[in-house]
Amino acid sequence: MKRLVIVALLLSIAACDREAREYRPGPPTASPAPFVRQTPLQPGAPTDLLGSAAYQENRWAVSEGQRLYNGFNCVGCHANGGGGIGPALADRKWKYGSEPDQIFATIVEGRAEGMPSFGGKIGNAEVWRLVAYVRALGKLTPEDTWPSRTDDIGEASPVGNGQ
Amino acid sequence: MTDAFGRQAALIERLWWPTLWVLTAIYIAVMIALAYAMLRRRHVDEVKSEVRTARWVGAAIAGTVVILFAYFISDLFTARAIAGIERKDGVTIEVTGLQWWWRVEYSDSVPERRLTTANEIHIPVGRPVRIITSSADVIHSFWIRELHGKRDLIPGDKSEFWLRADSAGVFRGQCAEFCGLEHAKMALVVVAEPEAQFQAWYDRQLSAARVPPVAVTRADSLIRSGHDVFVTKACVMCHTIRGTTAGSSIGPDLTHLASRRMIAAGTRTNTRGNLAGWVVDPQGIKPGALMPPNNLTPAELEALISFLESLK
Repeated sequence: MKRLVIVALLLSIAACDREAREYRPGPPTASPAPFVRQTPLQPGAPTDLLGSAAYQENRWAVSEGQRLYNGFNCVGCHANGGGGIGPALADRKWKYGSEPDQIFATIVEGRAEGMPSFGGKIGNAEVWRLVAYVRALGKLTPEDTWPSRTDDIGEASPVGNGQ
Repeated sequence: MTDAFGRQAALIERLWWPTLWVLTAIYIAVMIALAYAMLRRRHVDEVKSEVRTARWVGAAIAGTVVILFAYFISDLFTARAIAGIERKDGVTIEVTGLQWWWRVEYSDSVPERRLTTANEIHIPVGRPVRIITSSADVIHSFWIRELHGKRDLIPGDKSEFWLRADSAGVFRGQCAEFCGLEHAKMALVVVAEPEAQFQAWYDRQLSAARVPPVAVTRADSLIRSGHDVFVTKACVMCHTIRGTTAGSSIGPDLTHLASRRMIAAGTRTNTRGNLAGWVVDPQGIKPGALMPPNNLTPAELEALISFLESLK
């Protein structure tokens, strides 16, 4: 019995998607996602047609998103979620929707009032990682995937400090 | 036997080899003593045996103290000699370790003569070089075996040391502190060359990339459209090529990529095929590297590689 429990525990390690790392995601370059809803108003429950859950619930994806968020200078307008030139991302007010596919579309298509379009410049997987991080800023993703620290100690962020 | 191209490495080598032999001798002696202790018969005369054991242990401790003291002294003098190289008229290079490559910045009191490059360091022979180290993510270690010992790169902490190459050569530097998945593929090329050659290299590196404004020949039009691919596709998000609109600093500066001997931090030689393979599928060469795969048509790829190869 004891041995059985140990084997079951060992097997469950393989099931830990939260820590999985996908280095060769495809397809590489992002184009506007199909079936994006432009409004949060819709009949029934929210839809996630593009299967972004794998990124939302993956800790590495979120921390990679954080790195890209700083590297692609999202931080220049949105600060670390508090906003500035661009709207705040941590305040739970979403002009263009808070669902993953809506944020994906916002990043890829760009939005009026100054949000650039990153379509064709960032890979699909990178956009999804950014989405995962942006949603973590808004505390919309499972708490156990929020980045508790960054590998880069030079930059602290609200989420990075575990607040 | 000597691999040293500078006085500092020679000093380290002079200390290192005798240390290896002394420690090897001690190890063998200890193993012999251990084997003897296991195999010998119990003595009848316990008191006499005790006295003899105490004498041996005393001798071993005395020997250890003498050897340690000798090394303490020689280590002190070696370290002083290493740190004591002349520090006048030096070249200052800031080296930053990142997962998994090296950012290299040459300082100069004239701002327009500051130079940013990556993964390849050129130094003049006979002139002291001041290396300022830091890390952007985790702990790395900067190690050029032929010139100096290892130096840890600690995030959030700048430190500096001096080195000097006394004869010309091309060396492989290596990250010497485990820093993640691709630690083994985090190398750099160090070129020690005569002053005149170094200055010529430096001046060439300072120049911006030249993109043919009007495509007259077929080669020019390839380079021109390769440039267009670079600045309109994903490359531009992370890399800088001075002289173009690409100016991001997440990834290595590529302004003079074609002048470098290796790509991907010493992972592959800088050939057309390797470059194309790297651009399309970096994860196949260096899994976990932060460069994503790129989806380019064959025509786009050919043009892009021609452009990258023109960055002499």
